[in-house]
Amino acid sequence: MPQGAGSGPRPPASKMTNGDRQMASFPASPGQVPPEALKDRLARWVPILVLAPSLVASFVYVFVFSFWTLYISLSNSTLLPTYKFIGFENYASLWANRRWGVAYTNLFVFSAFYVVLAMIIGLMLAILIDQRVRGESVWRTIFLYPLAVSFIVTGTVWGWLYNPGSGFQFLINSMGWTSFKFALTTDRNYAIYAIVITGIWQSSGFAMALFLAGLRSVDGDIVKAAQIDGASVFRTYRRVILPVIGPIFLAVAVVLLQFAIKTFDLAVALTNSGPGISTTFPATYVYDLMFQRGQIGEGAAAAVMILAALAVVLVPYALYVSWSSRGKEAGHG
Amino acid sequence: MADATYDQAAAVASRRHLLARVVIYGILGIFALVYIIPLLVVVANSFRELDEIGQNGLIAFPKSFRLDAWPEAWSTYCIGGTCEGMHRYFWNSVRMVVPATIISTALGAVNGYVLSKWKFRGSEVLFTCMLLGVFMPGQIALLPWAFLLGKLGLANSVYGLILVHCIQGISFTTLFCRNYYVSIPDDLIKAARIDGAGFWRIFRRIILPISPPILIVTVIWQFTGIWNEYLFGVVLNSGQQQPITAALVALSTNGTNVRVYDVMSAAVLIGALPPLLVYFFGGKYFVRGLTQGAIK
Repeated sequence: MPQGAGSGPRPPASKMTNGDRQMASFPASPGQVPPEALKDRLARWVPILVLAPSLVASFVYVFVFSFWTLYISLSNSTLLPTYKFIGFENYASLWANRRWGVAYTNLFVFSAFYVVLAMIIGLMLAILIDQRVRGESVWRTIFLYPLAVSFIVTGTVWGWLYNPGSGFQFLINSMGWTSFKFALTTDRNYAIYAIVITGIWQSSGFAMALFLAGLRSVDGDIVKAAQIDGASVFRTYRRVILPVIGPIFLAVAVVLLQFAIKTFDLAVALTNSGPGISTTFPATYVYDLMFQRGQIGEGAAAAVMILAALAVVLVPYALYVSWSSRGKEAGHG
Repeated sequence: MADATYDQAAAVASRRHLLARVVIYGILGIFALVYIIPLLVVVANSFRELDEIGQNGLIAFPKSFRLDAWPEAWSTYCIGGTCEGMHRYFWNSVRMVVPATIISTALGAVNGYVLSKWKFRGSEVLFTCMLLGVFMPGQIALLPWAFLLGKLGLANSVYGLILVHCIQGISFTTLFCRNYYVSIPDDLIKAARIDGAGFWRIFRRIILPISPPILIVTVIWQFTGIWNEYLFGVVLNSGQQQPITAALVALSTNGTNVRVYDVMSAAVLIGALPPLLVYFFGGKYFVRGLTQGAIK
């Protein structure tokens, strides 16, 4: 992998106008200078040797692992990996499976509510905190602490709170409203919303932190100019500040969508895919296929679908980011 | 006359201002309650008597106090047939998270140094390839890891998880450190090289002394991420080798017996405490890591 070193001596220094390339200034070709000491030649290889183990490991992890799983998904593996190629049969049976239908429907429902509501709440909290409130760091600490706690802990605790016999419903009932019902996790039609609410609780502080960082980066002068023109606070945000931080909206949405696609821990800890199969997610279904039912071929197919879903979200975003930063550089040049 | 209307307008404005403040603090307060209540509930219940929890529900002002739930959760409570509480799983997690955090952070620092200050032809492309690891869903690597760890003789061991988390973490740690080192002026490095300093000497004398901010961010990120990880812990390890997240799930889905909320609350807190402490003491760095990790 050390392409740079294997390709021989670098061009003479005069050609290296690019600032960061200068760091890689290998000595000029051996013909022009006296043969270098062994020690110097070794020193030249140090950076590449240092990087090599990480590169190999990452390469194996990213590419070999992905292609291996991809291949398993095209094989007739059941309990153990086998390498008999059967084409797209696993994908066909996956998409014909009712439980997979439940899984991706849940993913769509969850993603829509989770991303939109977490962003709305996060933006609202960020704007409120941005009004020069007292004790800003205390508010921030409270809104962000769920992110330090694992989804497992969050899911477990919220599972207790949703439990009609001990949590919210019990509280309201014991306050006198005895007919009050709040039993999301035991109702197969509504259990998904229990996961939505808990997910929003966990992540809206994260959206807040990103939005707040964005609000703080807005040039104070344009805000002042708007205020001098007599624009209300609401109008200033809507017309002046929010359009400037447009890219942050996209970044937050992409990150949250990525979380949503990977949802696993929360669904396991909160509802364990139940009641019945009603809160199955693609990621929990992969686990189920691979390790509970011994259908690793189909499980691998489902894992590849998750990777594909991530690619659908991330590739256009990466292209957009590199396109817009290039546009900016060109504008400056 | 003019003064009077002016005063009136000022009074209206200040009343509106006051109202706006009330609304702002009101909304923030309501949300803060929603955020803090689950934590308060768990803390309170870990000190309440089980009978009292049963009578008054989980969300109630504590009317009893006892400490017994904590030692029981730590050393005697039964999870999946073994009655030794959380302590084994807690130490499994510690034995996993400490080496994995140190190793992945050290590798990330050195990698970031190479990729920012010793670039070579193709290094940018290699960096991009490493970055892909950040986005990989765990599910796609499950079977390969299970297979590879089996071959290496690391199946169902904490060492296997250390390896997994080191390699998974490299992409994050390298990204953090590389983006930080890029802002160090190249002239500084060039001057040192002219003075005859080599690769490691520059790293030790120039790079490391200015690295603490990014190293703290990276360590916190890795520590909380690895401590809270569940998927690999439950798939690659079983029984007494599992990390604490997997044990918590086993505990709360324990099935038949009545829910002992007092002991379970203490157990949950034992599992949540290390990252929470890190967050409360290193919050500034935690948030910095979060925003950097998300946007870049």
